[in-house]
Amino acid sequence: MNKDTNTYSAAGEVGSVLESRSTFTRLKIELNKAPLTAKFGIFIIIVFVGLAIFAPLIAPYGEAEVFPEPYAPWSANHIFGTDQIGRDIFSRLIFGARNTVGVAFATTILAFLIGGALGLAAAINRSYLDLFLSRTVDVLMAIPQLIFALVLLSIFGSTIINLIIIIAVLDSTRVFRLTRAVSLNVVVMDYVEVAKLRGENISWVMRKEILPNILPPLIAEFGLRFCFVFLSIAALSFLGVGIQPPTADWGSMVRENASLIQFAQYDLKAAMTPLLPAAAIALLTVAVNFVVDWFLHKTSGIKDEK
Amino acid sequence: MKNKKDNTTLLQIKDLKIEGFSDERWHKIIKGVNLELKRGEVLGLIGESGAGKSTLGLAAMGYTQPGCRITGGQINFDGVDLTKRTDSEKRKYWGNRMTYVAQSAAASFNPAHRLINQTTESTIRAGLKKQNEAFDEARALYDALNLPNPETIGERYPHQVSGGQLQRIMTAMAMSPNPDLIVFDEPTTALDVTTQVEVLAAMRDIVKTYGTAAIYITHDLSVVAQMADRIKVLRYGEEVEEAMTRKMLKSPKEDYTKSLWSVRSIQKPEKKSKDIILEVKNVDAFYGSFHVLKNINIKLPLGRTVALVGESGSGKSTVARVITGLLEPKIGSVKFKNRELPPSLKGRTKDQLQKIQMIYQMADVAMNPKQTVYDIISRPASFFAGLTGANLRKRVIELLEQIDLDESFIDRYPSELSGGQKQRICIARALAANPEVVICDEVTSALDQIVQEGILKLLGRLQKDLNLSYIFITHDIATVKAISDEVVVMNEGEVVEQGLKSEIFSPPHPEYTELLLSSVPEMDPDWLTDLLKARNY
Repeated sequence: MNKDTNTYSAAGEVGSVLESRSTFTRLKIELNKAPLTAKFGIFIIIVFVGLAIFAPLIAPYGEAEVFPEPYAPWSANHIFGTDQIGRDIFSRLIFGARNTVGVAFATTILAFLIGGALGLAAAINRSYLDLFLSRTVDVLMAIPQLIFALVLLSIFGSTIINLIIIIAVLDSTRVFRLTRAVSLNVVVMDYVEVAKLRGENISWVMRKEILPNILPPLIAEFGLRFCFVFLSIAALSFLGVGIQPPTADWGSMVRENASLIQFAQYDLKAAMTPLLPAAAIALLTVAVNFVVDWFLHKTSGIKDEK
Repeated sequence: MKNKKDNTTLLQIKDLKIEGFSDERWHKIIKGVNLELKRGEVLGLIGESGAGKSTLGLAAMGYTQPGCRITGGQINFDGVDLTKRTDSEKRKYWGNRMTYVAQSAAASFNPAHRLINQTTESTIRAGLKKQNEAFDEARALYDALNLPNPETIGERYPHQVSGGQLQRIMTAMAMSPNPDLIVFDEPTTALDVTTQVEVLAAMRDIVKTYGTAAIYITHDLSVVAQMADRIKVLRYGEEVEEAMTRKMLKSPKEDYTKSLWSVRSIQKPEKKSKDIILEVKNVDAFYGSFHVLKNINIKLPLGRTVALVGESGSGKSTVARVITGLLEPKIGSVKFKNRELPPSLKGRTKDQLQKIQMIYQMADVAMNPKQTVYDIISRPASFFAGLTGANLRKRVIELLEQIDLDESFIDRYPSELSGGQKQRICIARALAANPEVVICDEVTSALDQIVQEGILKLLGRLQKDLNLSYIFITHDIATVKAISDEVVVMNEGEVVEQGLKSEIFSPPHPEYTELLLSSVPEMDPDWLTDLLKARNY
């Protein structure tokens, strides 16, 4: 290289230097670009979370407060009427958000802790441990989940703790499979080999090298899993082995007032009462799915053709 | 098919501007380039990565990748301005009058269809030929491209042929509709030198025979010298200069072009050394039942560089895996400072791990994309030397300065670095452990020529300053000349030849070394012709 052209310096080399932005501004840009469905989903989720957190402040009456008139019609005092023993439906809907969503959230987190940790360990090990875990998961997945949960709940009793643990364990099988599959793509990367050559222990490799790189699909799965867990709990409550009375819960509220639907030809409003908790379940599920879809689209790296 | 060559202009690009969208902004990729191509002419486009070669090559077909847009200029193909045509109109040209040969043939074929169906797909779909006719012509093309068993090779699936064969079949696919224009986008970059020669020869012949105009995109000057009639040099989306191949090679005008030309000329005088720091002794290794290494003996002198040379599949990288302990040898051992190392990674002490570090070919995947430069470099320093807090930060900055970068890089993520900078960070990470032996596995082969030179110079300087010993794995002979003291030639898991650089590169050579050395393209446009003559093709 002669003198005139010797302007090359490593630091001056053009890289694709991104403008440095704080996480907050990046988030703001992303949110502005988000499709309407995602914005709607985020809005609904925020409203539901707000209801769950501030339930005692928002609800006009207590969770298990009984009024003299059962099956009261919709009125100014009881916006959505009262149920079979005279509890305010509107208040119970709000408390239901806290119970159902809270239990579903705790269950999903537990499922991810179990499934995620075992999935990562299996992917790194790729040997006997992997074989053992994968076949165990296959066995668990071969049994229909709802029936399995019903059996286990009737054996161990339907307390909230049992409910959370049983559904979390059953659901962690799906999380295990996903985590293991996406980790396998990362485990073969050179930087994981670098860490192994350095003599790092398995926990470091899991937490620092692999986990950050498989987070996007896991977060998307978290959203979907949350919906399924939420629906499972509602279904179990509807069958009577889920969240037990007097705790308000959307699933059991549907069941308790289900008979009202027969009166649709006489009183349309009363007939809609059992549909309200069902609608709440549907709304939240749809909202979460909107957000997850948007997130998946973002992380899949598909560029919109313009 | 008749020869289409005459002296009329086929493609004319005028003042073309293309922008790409990233990080919330439109960036200029091509900043007003003119290009003219006559029928039957081959134009070489060269430049570093990011110069806009591929974008321009695709634009010649009127196509832009998703996220890119044409903002100005004209692309006149046979009198039609492609910038003004809709996609459905352009589709009548694509795969028919203009075709494309991609870099990675393996990734471009559909694994579920037979090769001959893929070769003739666009021809038949466009209604140019009947199936029988197209198949017959495809077989004729296979024959012309020197493929083995041209009558039956088309019945195979992509995984049943080698990479070099696949690349030639892709050329056949591009030739099948008898197009006016073929765009070759780095078609031989992923191939070994010995395979590359065959593919280049086949592609050149077929383009000449049918008089097809071609745009040949590459970053390898010596390759473009064999292929192109004219060469255009690009940088930062602008034309640097353009001239006929011979003229360009003999007397490049611009300084930038000259600098590209001179990169291959660095040479290092070899030095001997008596002290052996690392020794691979009688090693036999297996992948399952596959015998990858057969009785390998390699000695690494202290403070020197031993280059391991060979094609892919020759076992070079496996030697590195045995030395680092990732693969246990069946027989034999690795000695470090005259003491045997435990065969597997788990048996080695922290101290032993620290002394041997490795640098990888693809800096992209050798760094965790979610860690900053500081995380990446500081971890070995804190892990091995136990540095913390301000001392650790000081050490990281010191390391960054050693590799000609500075403190401003400390918070960047790998995606915010250029290829050369990434490789430098990987070097810094290796240095952070205070190693005595560094294994460099094809560290420069993914980089542009100018950047390669910078990295090689850096490695040379670090060797002098820190008295490091390198095992340098490469398939590039120019790199070997630039960095090594001793050379080990490997083929099919065996050491063919081993000795000082001067001994290896001066004749007489064993047969394989001869083949390897003669296959390295030279900057002489007659090199390929002469070589083929000598080999009696």
